Amino acid sequence: MGSKIRLTPQAILPVLGAACVLLAWTLVSATIAPDLPSPLRTWQESRRYLLEPFFKDGEMNQGIGRLAFYSLVRVAKGYALALAIGTPIGFLLGLSRRFHQSFDPIVQFMRPISPLAWLPLGLVIFQKSEPAAIFTIGLCAMWPTVINTAVGVRSIGQEYLNVGRVLKLSRWKMLIRIIVPATLPYVFTGYRLSLGLAWLVIVAAEMLTGTPGVGGFLWQEYNSLIYSHIILSVLTIGAIGFLLDRLMGAVEARVRVN
Amino acid sequence: MAYVEVRGLRKAYVTRRGRTPVLGGVELALDEGEFVAVVGYSGSGKTTLVSLLGGLIEPDAGEIRVDGASVTGPGPERGIVFQHYSLLPWLSVRDNIALAVDAVNPDLPAVERRRITDEFIALVNLTPAAWKRPRELSGGMRQRVAVARGLAMRPKLLLMDEPFSALDALTRATLQDELLRIWGERRSTVILITNDVDEAILLADRIYPMTPGPDAVLGPPIEVGLPRPRRRRHMSLEPAYQKARRALVDFLRASHGAGSRLQQATLERSCLELR
Repeated sequence: MGSKIRLTPQAILPVLGAACVLLAWTLVSATIAPDLPSPLRTWQESRRYLLEPFFKDGEMNQGIGRLAFYSLVRVAKGYALALAIGTPIGFLLGLSRRFHQSFDPIVQFMRPISPLAWLPLGLVIFQKSEPAAIFTIGLCAMWPTVINTAVGVRSIGQEYLNVGRVLKLSRWKMLIRIIVPATLPYVFTGYRLSLGLAWLVIVAAEMLTGTPGVGGFLWQEYNSLIYSHIILSVLTIGAIGFLLDRLMGAVEARVRVN
Repeated sequence: MAYVEVRGLRKAYVTRRGRTPVLGGVELALDEGEFVAVVGYSGSGKTTLVSLLGGLIEPDAGEIRVDGASVTGPGPERGIVFQHYSLLPWLSVRDNIALAVDAVNPDLPAVERRRITDEFIALVNLTPAAWKRPRELSGGMRQRVAVARGLAMRPKLLLMDEPFSALDALTRATLQDELLRIWGERRSTVILITNDVDEAILLADRIYPMTPGPDAVLGPPIEVGLPRPRRRRHMSLEPAYQKARRALVDFLRASHGAGSRLQQATLERSCLELR
């Protein structure tokens, strides 16, 4: 107890959990799956990618930081598309009964369609892999934003709406001063979930189109039989996904304080 | 013709489980600058009456006239101070009041609107807290903001729906005193809905007792013969106070016989939520 770092269960248990996974990984690679690189071999073959994250030897042989950056830019574009389309659709679904009746079935119908199904269609429409990838990300990632926004609008307390009614606010003022701020916490929950989905879709999109990025790299290294780099990519994808979620979680918490 | 006139006001809520008659022909009249209280048990239909007067819901029958004009919907000439404040949590105290001032005076220059907003913030002694959000305020302060917002609409009629019922007794007394002072300065036309007999006598010129529902109506009004300006101290010892209190309590007790009142209250609440 005298030491500066307190070894509380909260500090020890996550390390213990990670150690268990590493142990299981080592055992699996030593026994039933000899092709799976061990943690040590993964580290040895990946260290350059991690320690010099921004080197560039060729289109598909680059530091993991550079690859992650390409993926993040692509996700940012697709995500922006998802929010730009999803938010107004969500508000319309929540505000207008007619709009809801017209388009809710289509939303429910399109929501469960996998990115793997959209991507070829994107390629058919745009003839190029980059816009097809962004189209796929946007289309797959927008549903949580659409649904959460619509639910948020419909759960606005009658007391807030009554304030607007007593003041005889115009439709526009009602929207800007009351409906949008009251819905904002729901909207941001949608944004957080959408970002998670966008990041989920990027790997599939890059694998299918073979564009440089974490997902593209993963698929290429699989084809080149460098399996340790698959693990490197998987871990990178997980780490970035985790960070993105935390980031949006913090933004969401700020909005929710209202 | 009186400044505010309510005639034969009826309202029932219809759900799948059946029809619940809440108000069964409410009659009410106020002169300009009068302070009138409606006192009744919880669940007798008081909030329904406020919603009707405010135009937030439509009556099944009857008519409401304010300054000669028939009420057809909500509007700022009938300001409402809601029971649970209904402040917009994303706006500061100032912006909550400014929203009302800006909505009611769209043609005034911005400087003038700001001046009016500041005036009403000062009226309820909230100038130091003007930039705070509602969640940073105590219940008493929140209700002050709501009162200021209601007054800032400069309504012809101010409706107050059990404005102090959620507050502790000490805060309630303070706010009642403040309301007494503010009304003394401005002489607005006010209808106060309350379940607190003493609050009604302290504040109102005239009190309408409300029979418990279903089909609630207002009993004959009781004049409060206390001179103004009124002071809380020693007031309960005055004969006029005791006379008004006895008349009010006797009426309420006598009308409070019928059995299914509790069930009625629950039903009405669920109907309001459904709406």
